[in-house]
Amino acid sequence: MSTMSAVKGDSARQALSLYRQLLRQGNQFASYNFREYAKRRTRDAFRENKSVDDPRRIQELLQKGLKELQMLKRQTVVSQFYQLDRLVVEGGISGKSKGGKGDIARQKDTGWD
Amino acid sequence: MANIAPSVLRQASRLASKSVISTAARRNAQTVARVASASAPVKCLSRRSYVTGTKRDNAQAQSETAIRLDRQQLKDEGLAISGQQNGSDISVSPMADVLSQAAVMDEGQRPIYLDMQATTPVDPRVLDAMLPFFTSVYGNPHSRTHAYGWESEKAVEDARKHIADLIGADPKEIIFTSGATESNNMSIKGVARFFGRSGKKKHIITSQTEHKCVLDSCRHLQDEGFEVTYLPVKSNGLIDLKELEAAIRPDTMLVSIMSVNNEIGVIQPLEQIGKMCREKKVFFHTDAAQAVGKIPMDVNKLNIDLMSISSHKIYGPKGIGACYVRRRPRVRLDPLISGGGQERGLRSGTLAPPLVVGFGEACRIAKEELEYDSKRIKYLSDRLLKGLLSMEHTSQNGDPEQFYPGCVNVSFAYVEGESLLMALKDIALSSGSACTSASLEPSYVLRALGNSDESAHSSIRFGIGRFTTEEEIDYVLKAVTARVGFLRELSPLWELVQEGVDLNTIEWSQH
Repeated sequence: MSTMSAVKGDSARQALSLYRQLLRQGNQFASYNFREYAKRRTRDAFRENKSVDDPRRIQELLQKGLKELQMLKRQTVVSQFYQLDRLVVEGGISGKSKGGKGDIARQKDTGWD
Repeated sequence: MANIAPSVLRQASRLASKSVISTAARRNAQTVARVASASAPVKCLSRRSYVTGTKRDNAQAQSETAIRLDRQQLKDEGLAISGQQNGSDISVSPMADVLSQAAVMDEGQRPIYLDMQATTPVDPRVLDAMLPFFTSVYGNPHSRTHAYGWESEKAVEDARKHIADLIGADPKEIIFTSGATESNNMSIKGVARFFGRSGKKKHIITSQTEHKCVLDSCRHLQDEGFEVTYLPVKSNGLIDLKELEAAIRPDTMLVSIMSVNNEIGVIQPLEQIGKMCREKKVFFHTDAAQAVGKIPMDVNKLNIDLMSISSHKIYGPKGIGACYVRRRPRVRLDPLISGGGQERGLRSGTLAPPLVVGFGEACRIAKEELEYDSKRIKYLSDRLLKGLLSMEHTSQNGDPEQFYPGCVNVSFAYVEGESLLMALKDIALSSGSACTSASLEPSYVLRALGNSDESAHSSIRFGIGRFTTEEEIDYVLKAVTARVGFLRELSPLWELVQEGVDLNTIEWSQH
């Protein structure tokens, strides 16, 4: 019984760490729509599966999450290489990067000329 | 503040004089004037404004001038810094150059994308699957003699399986093409030419609201001596099943009805059409470019014999699509492109593994996320539709129940659609299909619904997709409400309507 709960506690910790990493990585997308989607999808996926009990299923989901994390790490880098101007809705009133946490230094539009 | 206020005013007046139509500038002038008058006794520039600006817009306009000011400041500083650098040392790291550009980057100017029926952005997951095939895995999937070919072929076959799974088909029934247009051409011309050779069947049925590529293929076949019936649609955009049944003749070989309309989003009763076609032994082709991956589709349940699928409408890459061709009962086609005999000989030519893999991944994700996405899109669509229809004299085009929520087509009476699109520069919208957006003609789909020219001219299509956010919808609602109000205020017709004059009773004088 004690081993059971230990295993459970372990996977809970893993899940929490994965959740944090996914959110943090998703926040690195240069494109507003992808960034918001990554955060929303992560949140909803974890919420949807919060009551999963089966340890095998938990492991499966964790593996899937890790795969997504790898993908996010690659794609956020790609997205930062080819970033464009911000959207009109982005960044509150001015929509301007002010060098805050997670902000990306922007240059002129890439891929145009 | 004392030295800022006059320059703010100068900037504002310059803005106001520069643009005649721009309301934002006008609001600028007013708000800035108000700010300025608080600090210094300046005469208020009162102008007659047509739009009652909302609070947030005011704030935005105000900050816009503020940003321009401090950008100027930044530029000055930047110049000062570069001047110093020139004096001391020329060998600066390349990063410094990049950063100096980064500092003068403008604030957000990119419009919101709400034209998901034209195309969709490529999902990062799809791009991630595609990238290895652009860099290291470059074998020809048809090469059978070496490992490079085998690995490409395996990837292509996996992708084919994902596509087949999404529509409930067998992987062998999927033929890769360059897109839905080619698939439509291949299906319609292929079936017609194959049956035309025996000369027994020569009749095709389609509807008036089909995509241009279907209509044009049919027109082309008419020149070759085939007969085509263009079914009219009801005012809600759906076809009448009784009319379809009456139109089927003994020599009919093909019925081509699209699943989801690209302009008004109505979902045709595919199941009944499929059943009818199967009973009468007529092939049923459907253009499902807008439907696959967005609504549940099963070719066996719906009795579909031929189906066109497009990759770039489901967050995949552009330049690839597929055609489902049923094997049992077998549908025989005359290939449009002949050559090396790839793809069962129906579409020769080397496949593009990166695109095929991206398409496959897009289909896999679409299947996995179908439920989640449709719930989300329904929510956003309801929000948008409720907001738009709460304005007076607006109406939704198409059936209010049987439509795909990601496609919202609304008519704004007494407003020119094109001028509204011009006024909504900060939102990427379209008044109809992208193919016809270059011309100013009213949409033929809306004309087919029986809408008047004016109504067809004044309608706009909003496309909602996987990556649309709630803030975007709220922004759009606010912008559309403000600018429709502004354009209506300019219109003499709107004045008459407000006075209670029925426009149909007016006798316009002839010149």
